[in-house]
Amino acid sequence: MSWEAVADVVAAVLLLAGAVLTLAAGIGVLRFPDLLARMHAGTKPQVLGLVLVLTAEALRVRSPAVLGLLLVVVVFQFLTVPVAAHMVARSGYRTGQVRRDLLIDDELARDQDNAVLEVERVRDENERDEADPPPKARRSGDLPG
Amino acid sequence: MIYVYLLAAALLLVAGLLAVVRAERGPSMLDRTVALDVFATVLVAGIALEAAWSRRVDTLPILVALSMVGFVSSVTVARFASVEPPEQRRIRTAAEVAAERASLRAAEEAADEAERLAHERHAAPAPDAEAAGPEPRGDGS
Repeated sequence: MSWEAVADVVAAVLLLAGAVLTLAAGIGVLRFPDLLARMHAGTKPQVLGLVLVLTAEALRVRSPAVLGLLLVVVVFQFLTVPVAAHMVARSGYRTGQVRRDLLIDDELARDQDNAVLEVERVRDENERDEADPPPKARRSGDLPG
Repeated sequence: MIYVYLLAAALLLVAGLLAVVRAERGPSMLDRTVALDVFATVLVAGIALEAAWSRRVDTLPILVALSMVGFVSSVTVARFASVEPPEQRRIRTAAEVAAERASLRAAEEAADEAERLAHERHAAPAPDAEAAGPEPRGDGS
């Protein structure tokens, strides 16, 4: 059994696995209940499936130039898919398109509440200092007198 | 071996169809965006599958270009168009589109008519106004 035959068989297996993962992404995008779940389905199995299919193509074509271009494709997917998913999730959360009843733990809401409390605390401190500036003023008034 | 490729192509086809169904159904703009993103990646996988079958190299630039610009649409929509009123979240029916276009055209024609009348009123008294002097609007109706 030659090296090429082995590569072809491996490529076929990888192609099937990649196609199955892409199908899983399609099913997830159609079936999942809300935006975050759909985004998850459209992002993770999707990228792995594409990487498998591209690996299979590299195994079939077997040329260094093609390998380089396919690596570029994979690197771009790794760079751009998280950015797109992050943007979609962020604006979906901020425009209230996330179903809260499906969330087990909403850490972002907790952090936002904490941030609001912190801002209010700092503002109260500043207001107290402005309204009642005794320490410095009295001391500076005391010194000459 | 060709059956493996045909099976993979069928799976990709089904995945693309499911994504398109979600893009049609998706209640919000962001759902459609995610679905179309999935569809674009299915497209890339399909082109790669065909290239792997026929061992061709000339379709590789398509893969590179698609993977580079594929995320632009979802980022743009998420950044600039994610806020939408609830009544705009569905695809309108053909009758609604026709009604809206008809009302738009009627408004346009009314505006044209008003402009034409204004022109006529403006143009007609002009020689009179030169002759009579101070009151250009007096007899122009």
